Amino acid sequence: MTMTLSQQIITLACVVAATVLTRFLPFLVFPKNRPIPKFLQYLGKVLPGAVFGLLVIYCLKNVPLLSGSHGLPELIAILVVVALHLWKKQMLLSIAGGTVVYMLLVQFVF
Amino acid sequence: MVAARSKNKYITALRAAFPYTVPIFAGFWFLGITYGVLMRTEGFSVWYPFLMSLTIFAGSAEFVAANLLLGAFQPLGAFFLTLMINARHLFYGISMLERYREVRGLKRIYLIFGMCDESFSINCTADIPKGVDRGWFYFFVTLLNHIYWVTGATLGGIFGAWFTFNTEGLDFVMTAMFVVIFIEQWKKDDCHTPALLGLLLSALCLAVFGADNFILPAMGAILLALTLLRGKLERGRAA
Repeated sequence: MTMTLSQQIITLACVVAATVLTRFLPFLVFPKNRPIPKFLQYLGKVLPGAVFGLLVIYCLKNVPLLSGSHGLPELIAILVVVALHLWKKQMLLSIAGGTVVYMLLVQFVF
Repeated sequence: MVAARSKNKYITALRAAFPYTVPIFAGFWFLGITYGVLMRTEGFSVWYPFLMSLTIFAGSAEFVAANLLLGAFQPLGAFFLTLMINARHLFYGISMLERYREVRGLKRIYLIFGMCDESFSINCTADIPKGVDRGWFYFFVTLLNHIYWVTGATLGGIFGAWFTFNTEGLDFVMTAMFVVIFIEQWKKDDCHTPALLGLLLSALCLAVFGADNFILPAMGAILLALTLLRGKLERGRAA
């Protein structure tokens, strides 16, 4: 591990602070029936989709496209997750199924 | 007499809350144990999953935090990345303003602190029977979910060291989780432009700035694009 313990504590404190902030802010900013700004309402509708797109890319950031297995195990496993999820609509099954397929691929195939 | 009645009140609320949390128990133990095992196999002691699940209590942010701990020291990046991941809480909070306003004191602070996706979903949608104290119902839903998550992560952290099978590739569980959340969000949205922008702009920034530095530019690009497209997207929604 490259970080020192105090650097780890600072990093985790930042994660906790940001999480707590997102949960408490509405209650601090809108104590009574103060109307919620239109722009915030708009962001509330459009931001989640974009953020989850960002997070999918974030998970794949270290996948080597030009070398090694060229991202094939990731692509196959993601297709399995999507197919399972559209078919059975069970979150845990989709996650478990895709992960098992990925583990089998990286351990035995690629 | 008063003590007996108030004790009864807790039990009634706990009984009403518990059934709602059973599916969450299965999900949190599965993801929590996996998270704990993953932390352990990455070289962290059991204290990390225990303390992180207790204090952060936001699944996706914790998986990302584990990754952050393995990278370079960038506290500001960690702060803003967590803000972006958890920005959806802002809108949970806005939805719960009315309901949590009737709850008082420390209990209310705990409800807001523990407002993860699952606690929010239950407390926002559950039909609370008459005669059940709503504040204590919310409280027990939040507390039970919190307990499931912390025990799962801790068990995973304890037994992770004993796992003798090859865990290579287990970290894909985080990718799979976000792909599923992405699909769920996709189904909820009428307009898919934001989701596609999120994928596209992030991939573009990854190509330009590299794996270690693309998050902040990607977030900036997404916010900018959504702000510029506001008129168009809002009109599209109304049409």
